[in-house]
Order: sequence, then C-alpha cells, then structure tokens
Amino acid sequence: MSSNGDYYLPDPSPWPLVASVGLFTLAGGFVMLVNDVNVAPWVMLIGGLIIAFMMFGWFGVVVKESEAGQYNAHVDISFRMGMLWFIFSEVMFFGGFFGALFYLRNLAIPWLAETDILWMGFDGGWPTAGPMGAELLPADTVAGPGQFSTIGAWGIPVWNTIILLSSSVTVTFAHWALKKNQRTALFVWMVITVILGFLFLYLQAIEYIHAYTELGLTLGTGVYGATFFMLTGFHGFHVTIGAIILAVIAIRCLMGHFKPDHHFGFEAAAWYWHFVDTVWVGLFIFVYVV
Amino acid sequence: MSVAHTETHDHHDHRPSGVMRWLTTTNHKDIGTMYLIFSLMMFFVGGVMALAIRAELFQPGLQLVNPELFNSLTTMHALIMIFGAIMPGFVGFANWQIPMMIGAPDMALPRMNNWSFWILPFAFTLLLGSLFTAGGGPASGWTLYAPLSIQGGAGVDMTILAIHMMGISSVLGAINIIVTIMNMRAPGMHMMKLPLFVWTWLITAFLLIAAMPVLAGAVTMLLTDRHFGTAFFDPAGGGDPVLFQHIFWFFGHPEVYILILPAFGIVSQIIPTFSRKPLFGYDSMVFATAGIAFLSFIVWAHHMFTVGMPLAGELFFMYATMLIAVPTGVKVFNWVATMWRGSISFETPMLFAIAVVFLFTIGGLSGLMLAIVPADFQYHDTYFVVAHFHYVLFSGSIMAMMAATYYWLPKWTGRMYSEKLGKTHFWLTTIFFNITFFPQHFLGLAGMPRRIPDYSVQFSEFNLISSLGAFGLGLSQLIMVYVIIQCVRGRAEKATDQVWEGAEGLEWTVASPPPYHTFSTPPTVR
Repeated sequence: MSSNGDYYLPDPSPWPLVASVGLFTLAGGFVMLVNDVNVAPWVMLIGGLIIAFMMFGWFGVVVKESEAGQYNAHVDISFRMGMLWFIFSEVMFFGGFFGALFYLRNLAIPWLAETDILWMGFDGGWPTAGPMGAELLPADTVAGPGQFSTIGAWGIPVWNTIILLSSSVTVTFAHWALKKNQRTALFVWMVITVILGFLFLYLQAIEYIHAYTELGLTLGTGVYGATFFMLTGFHGFHVTIGAIILAVIAIRCLMGHFKPDHHFGFEAAAWYWHFVDTVWVGLFIFVYVV
Repeated sequence: MSVAHTETHDHHDHRPSGVMRWLTTTNHKDIGTMYLIFSLMMFFVGGVMALAIRAELFQPGLQLVNPELFNSLTTMHALIMIFGAIMPGFVGFANWQIPMMIGAPDMALPRMNNWSFWILPFAFTLLLGSLFTAGGGPASGWTLYAPLSIQGGAGVDMTILAIHMMGISSVLGAINIIVTIMNMRAPGMHMMKLPLFVWTWLITAFLLIAAMPVLAGAVTMLLTDRHFGTAFFDPAGGGDPVLFQHIFWFFGHPEVYILILPAFGIVSQIIPTFSRKPLFGYDSMVFATAGIAFLSFIVWAHHMFTVGMPLAGELFFMYATMLIAVPTGVKVFNWVATMWRGSISFETPMLFAIAVVFLFTIGGLSGLMLAIVPADFQYHDTYFVVAHFHYVLFSGSIMAMMAATYYWLPKWTGRMYSEKLGKTHFWLTTIFFNITFFPQHFLGLAGMPRRIPDYSVQFSEFNLISSLGAFGLGLSQLIMVYVIIQCVRGRAEKATDQVWEGAEGLEWTVASPPPYHTFSTPPTVR
C-alpha cells in the first residue's frame, strides 16, 4: 500500500480477479448441477475452493494492513459506511421474500379462493399448500400421505429466538470487554456467542429433519412450504456465515488482534450478527406465530 | 466555484505492466476505462442482435431467423443493452469523473472497485454462452415472466446465475460510489456544492442497492420453481405468476431510473458549460432527482395494468406514475432555462445534450400516455411501448453517454477529437434514430404487437422504414469508434487543460490527461 498523505491507495491486487474466477466456476457448476451434469459437484467444489483461497488471501492482506496500522480514521469511516450499505442490500434481499409471503398470504390465496372457476371448493386460508397440494393438519401432527403439518411456534422456534437474542447480548458483552481491554472476558464471550450461533443451527437442522420426515412439510409443500423453507433457509445460511465470521474474529482475538479504540473488523461482524438476529425476529413473528 | 490546490506529480505508481496492469489495477481511471470499453463492446453485441431483429422485420413473413431464435434475440438484446452497455457505461463515467469532481485521489474502496468490474466479463460469458446450449438462450423477454421462464433449458439457468453475478457487481459498485461521495470529498466540497453528475450518481447508487437484491430474490424464486419444487408462481400450489411480475417490477421501475438519472447528471454538466451560465435551479435539480427516486418505488405496477388488479390498485399506480411528470418537468424546465439568454455554442457534446432534452421529453410524454390506465389497455405490449422506451433509453441514456464521451474524452486523453466527425456522428445518429423509432409509435397505435417475428401486411411500410433507419443508426456508430481510437492513440490535436471555455469544476483545473492519481493532496474548494 502506498500512502499519499491522508489517503488510502492500495497496491494492485490479484484477489478480485481470483474472486471472479471462483464465482464463475461456482455459478457454472451450479448450472450443471441443476441440469444433471455428472461433473457438477466437482466443478462446484473447485469453485468453492478458489473462493475460500481468495478469502484467505484477500482478507489476509486486509488484516495485515490493519494490524500494521495503515488504516487511519478516514479509511475506517469508508469501511463502516461500506458495511452498513452492504447490510442494507441484504435487508432488501430478505424484503423481497417477505414481500412474496405477504402478497401470497393476504392477496393471492384469498383471490384464488374467491374465484370459484378453476378450483371449486378451495377455501383459501393459511397455511396452505394450494388447491392441488397436501391437506393441512394441526401443528406438530405426524402426517400421512397427502397431508402436511406445520411447526408450532412455541417449541424449538421460541427456544431458537431466545438463543439468538442471547447471542446478540453476549456479542455486545464481548464488545464492552474489548473496549475495556479485558482480553480474557472478550474471548470467553466470543466463544459463548459462537456456541450459541451453532446451537441455533443444530436446532434448526433438527427442526428441518422433523418437518421432512414426520410432518410432511417440504420445499414442495405448496406456497407454505416454499415461503417457510426459503425464508428460514436463507436466514439459516446467513447465520452459518455469521457464525463462521464470529469464529474467525474469536480466533483473531486470541491472536491479540484488535485494539480498544481500533477494531472495525470486530464491529462489522457484530453488526452482521445483529442484522441476522433482527431478521429472525421478523421470521419468528410472521412465519411461525401469526 | 473558485479552486485553489497544490498539484504534485510525485506519485509512486509501482504498477505491473502489460495485461497484469489491467487485471490487478486498483486505479479508478484504469477501471473506468475498462468499464467503458466493456460497455462499448456490449453496445455493439446488443446492436448486432437488434439489427438481426430489424432484418427479420424488414418485411412480413419469416425470412432469416426462426421464431425461437427471434425470442432469444429480443431477450438478449435487452439484457445486454441494459446490464452490459448502459449500466457499466455509466459506472465507467462515474469511476473516471467522481473522484476528479469531488477532489479525491481515487475511489474509497479501490480493490472492491476492481472486483466490481471483473465480475462482468465472466457474467456475460455465462449469459452469452446460454445461446449455445441445447435449449437455446432465454426466450421469455428480459422480464423473465413466469411461467414462460419456468420452461426452457439450461440457458435460462445460465441467465439466472449471470443476473446474480451482475447484481453482485452492481451492488458492490454502488456501495463504492456512495462511500466515495460521502467520505472522500475535498475540504469545502459541501453536499450542495457537488456537481449534478455526482448528485445523480449518489441517488442512482442508492437505487441500485435497494433494487438489485430484490431482483436477486425474484430470479432465485424462479430457479427454485424450476428445479427445487417450490410453487411461488404455480397456482396449483397456491402460488401466483403475477407475484413474479410484482417482485420483478419492484426492481424494474427503480432500474429504469438507474438507467436515466446519470444521463440527467451528464446533461446538467454539459448544458451550463456551452451556455456559459451556471445551471438554473441547482437546488430544485437535486430535490427533483431525489423526488424521482422516491416515486420510483411506488409506481411499479404501471407495467402490468392489464394483468388484472383491483381498481384501487390501478388508480393508485396511475396517479403515482403521473406525479413523476412533476419533478421531471422541473428538470426539463431548468435545462431550458439554463440555455435561456445564454451565450450558446454548439459543439458536439452540446448538440447531443440538447437532443437528449428534446427526444427524452418525447419519450416522457409517451410515458405519460402509457400511464393512463384505460389508454394503456390499448397500448400495452404494442410497438408503442417499444418506441417509448427507446426514446428514453437510446435518445436519453445512450445519447447522453455519447455527449459525455465527446465532453470528457479530450480531458482524459489530452487530445481534441475532430469536431467535423463528431458533428457528422451526431446528425447521422439523431436522424437515423428518429427514422428507426418514430414510425414505431404509429405501428403500436395501429395495434402491432411487440416481440413477434411476423406481422400483418398493413404494417409493412413503417417496418421497412424502421429497419432501414436501424441499419443507418448502427453503421453511424462506427464513426464514434474511429473518433475515440484517434484520440486514445494521440492522432488528434492537443487539448488544453481547460478544454471548454465555459467549463467549471475541479476536473478542468488539472492537466489533460490528468495524473494517474488526480489529487495527491486534497484541493481546497471555496
């Protein structure tokens, strides 16, 4: 990095190109996968490995530059703004799926039930798998063929809500410890946060298995199954990413990275975690409870 | 604006040479150049597809391409022009100009800037590659409406993944632009002193970050409906194909302002320069841009009036759409008022800018006609719509980019283009553009549907005229390529640092061509 006074001007870097090659390979492999090409998993694996390699390389450079004190307050603001706008883009991504849920539930399904032409006798209501889909049973009932049941809000989901909300609190405790330079407390709270994150994912996996094997609730269970699994699935994917990020941050804490007054990487991870947490609250209310 | 700055030519640019310079660069000018070259290439790829469409429509009957390929061509022409030519073109101008206009040495996040660009060649390899798969390219129109897009082969999947990659590129590029404008301004460059091109890009970047992820969600639902058994758009499972249209146009309408707002910015830079007057109503220009951006999120369903919506919905979207005419009218008024009693000279950039104001207004007025629900039932999916959006996209966005090219090329290359060739290019483009697209208004009003390779014989004459115009329009663009090459290779006379007598702003205070990192120390803006 060449430094021109106050400005941040990084040297030429091969990593963006590596990232593009990895992304292209992964996307191409995915197209092959959904079109039943034999080598698809291998192509996707190579793409994933290239991306992982890129992340180690690119983030490694950033961490090194940051620890060398090359990022001044001005650069720090650029990073903060960039992260906030990135989270905003994620909000809009989830907004699209929430919008689909509201439209289907409050407009499309009632209209489909109202017009008694195509599917006579379809009475709408929510949850539904549609006029040709499986029949709805009360929540958490074991379903037979042609039937499905939903997951009640007050079992695993409410526990997962408590777990994720607690993890947002523990990551804040970690942040307070970092600011007071209490390194042991920092690391302990980070480890607890990561454990809570993975505990959430473990319970979510149990819930999915329960849905697929006993409740007859799958991705193909009409619009209820589609919205349920796409919303919770994308959220779970984001929790996975967030937990991995937090784990990396925890390891960096152990390595002595971050200072009480200079720790943007830590804060970015915490912001991302709070975002994931907020989305879950929306999911819990609109997918499980209401 | 009076400017004082200390310019140092002491910049240690240890950059690799040859192709590695371009692959690894973190410099906003290099990246801007790559964006612009990519945009020009895609402009010709999409243009050749348009000419294939016009060749097929030269006379009634099926002559050159089969209907499946015709559908692919209309789809690909739109995707390539929107995501390959116009958006990267404007990002190229943003990369070159925004740091220079706000007094910064580079973009705020230079490595990410490089990634934003280098995703694009890979994304378009995937998109264009779809033409060579068994099922052919996507043939559902660029709007990818379900259930048509649920059908089709691997080509549709490649299109979906390509759109995901373009989306990543756009969002990252937009984040970079917002952060640069918010955090990299020179001391004294207050928000209400920003050049209009910077303001329009700030708002465009916000639209990009808000809209592109929604498109990503829409095409993801398509993908899962195609391959993973979801029923988002399948009524048998309780879904609704109209849902796709709603989500798509929630992205799609902000998208059309993403395609035009930077053009408004360019026109707002050029007209004051050649009128030798400051821009009339700067503040109202800024607020009008913000107003258009706000309205863009609450008018999407005017693209789907005929799909079957409750009357209240039709009325809301009709009135909201018509409201857009107010801030747009403010802009057109301000441009004309800037020229009023100005000391105008008509160099090529000014000719293009005036043509943009005039021809975009025609497109705006036909848009107002389309906004009227009962009238739209007649115009919907006819050539009237095709004429309308080519008047706003070609004679709005594309011709504004041509204006910008002639306006800033002397600054970037240090060479003044041939005014004679520039004017020839302008007149041929303007005349052939109108020959191509004006008759399409009549075709649409007479009921000729769009996206169909054959037509009834009563439409023959206007189609013949339109096709002849299209080939003239396409060939005229080679002049611009020649002009650009001459400037880049230094085969034209030297340009001064000021370049244009009436030009104001930081970019005109530095050398032509400007140093690699323009402002090594921040200039002071008073």
